[in-house]
Amino acid sequence: MQERRRAANIITYVVLTVLAVAFLVPIALVIMNSFKNKLYISDQPFALPGEGTFVGFSNYIEGLTKIKFWNSIGYSLFITVFSVIIIIVCCSMTAWFITRVKGKISSFLYYLFVASMVVPFQMVMYTMTKTADTLHLNNLVGMLVLYLGFGAPMAVFMFSGFVKGVPIDLEEAALIDGCNPISMFTKVIFPILKPISITVAILDAMWIWNDFQLPYLIIGTKYRTVPVAIQYLKTGYGSIDYGHLMAVIVVALIPIVIFYFCCQKYIIEGIVDGAVKG
Amino acid sequence: MQKIYKKYFPVFTLPTLIAYAICFAVPFFMGLYLSFCNFKTISSAKWVGLSNYQFVFNDSAGFISALGFTVKVAVVGVITTNVFAFALALLLTKGLKGTGAYRTIFFMPNLIGGIILGYIWQLLLNGILIHLVGADLTFKASYGYLGIILLYNWQKIGYLMIIYIAGIQSVPADMLEAAKIDGANYWQILRKIILPMVMSSITICMFLSLTDCFKMYDQNLALTGGAPANQTAMLALDITNTYYNRVGFAGIGQAKAVLFTLLVFVIALVQLRVTRSKEVE
Repeated sequence: MQERRRAANIITYVVLTVLAVAFLVPIALVIMNSFKNKLYISDQPFALPGEGTFVGFSNYIEGLTKIKFWNSIGYSLFITVFSVIIIIVCCSMTAWFITRVKGKISSFLYYLFVASMVVPFQMVMYTMTKTADTLHLNNLVGMLVLYLGFGAPMAVFMFSGFVKGVPIDLEEAALIDGCNPISMFTKVIFPILKPISITVAILDAMWIWNDFQLPYLIIGTKYRTVPVAIQYLKTGYGSIDYGHLMAVIVVALIPIVIFYFCCQKYIIEGIVDGAVKG
Repeated sequence: MQKIYKKYFPVFTLPTLIAYAICFAVPFFMGLYLSFCNFKTISSAKWVGLSNYQFVFNDSAGFISALGFTVKVAVVGVITTNVFAFALALLLTKGLKGTGAYRTIFFMPNLIGGIILGYIWQLLLNGILIHLVGADLTFKASYGYLGIILLYNWQKIGYLMIIYIAGIQSVPADMLEAAKIDGANYWQILRKIILPMVMSSITICMFLSLTDCFKMYDQNLALTGGAPANQTAMLALDITNTYYNRVGFAGIGQAKAVLFTLLVFVIALVQLRVTRSKEVE
């Protein structure tokens, strides 16, 4: 019995290790090829860089400067950080209000947000782009407004679910102590919402950092975020300098890996939370 | 209390509602109206009734082909990702030491954006295909199909696995213990206890992977871009191409988008029904 269980455990480890290696191969391949001459990448991606094909960091230096990739990382960071903050602040307030103040308007808004979660981006893509242009939202600050709008349905939905479980006595006590609703919200309610705020922040940060279509359509010509900049490596004729592409992908992966290792616990909890409630 | 709160309606809700109106509410109804119009710019829209929709249904190489391809990707993609994710979740919840590292690795691709994923897999698959058959991904639709399935598995398995792990861990330990004492073997425990207990995780995962698959765009654009000849374009890519790559087709693109929205709504409603009926049990 003991023997059999040990054998089974060893087999499990072997299977898991083989799969883990298979999962890492694509990324290892990109890193390896980022040091090769572009002519040897698409034909022989599995060959190690060697004499004649190894080019050191030249792909990185050329690729990053050619598309001004540092600017792209800056734009992406700016948009992601501030959009997430705005979404958390505005949507927690809205969600709290429509959950606490019962009425036709509140329940209408709630179902409107829930239904909007399903609508695919292509439905509003064209008309939203025109609206945003008309309202001069086609800049970095305007993007924050758009992300608030697109992020609102899921965020309000998730905050509402959490607010339902917050005891109302706390609010009454704060109001009797002389707080107005705004200071009551910031001092009493908002701190209680911390766990769900972290979940929403993580889900939204992942979405906004990786989002392609919205920044491409709205600010793609002036401010290229990370995914947009990578897509622009492809020229009008469909050809790509693979050396530059590999180097840029490696640099784009670095912030994601750092983020992952810093808040892995929160990310995984957030995913489970988001899935179960969404 | 409600009365005091009501005065504060604008402070609490207006910022969100204005942004929401700009992104969703107004464009949604404009889009619905424009799907019945022929237009180059919004101000020049002319009412044409149902002719856009007629065109969509008669154009077999466009929407219909994209719909067929999307369904093919969704069926195989949803089944494979869920089966693999569930199997991995079972292996990782057996109480072995050091499984955290595996979980970390399997989940990581999920954090990478669709555009980057597409190019990573383009490199890998082109390398293999050029060796094996001397052609690349864009040569045949079946290559692109396989590529999208592989990419989707690589991206989603870790994500679904996390949800399945949470589900399996919530199965009460004393229940499993009792079954073992009664002499149940592993398959019996899996079929009679674990599977029924994680049914809600299964419905959640099926729904998430299904809607995700239907809305897939970035991965499709970067990996195949629809090549060859739009045969590997999924719905979202086909709609976007109709808008921006063909002059004078904006109305038809909008009609396709309305149909796409309806389709996703139907899937969501069916899903909601199924989940609700399971919850009663």
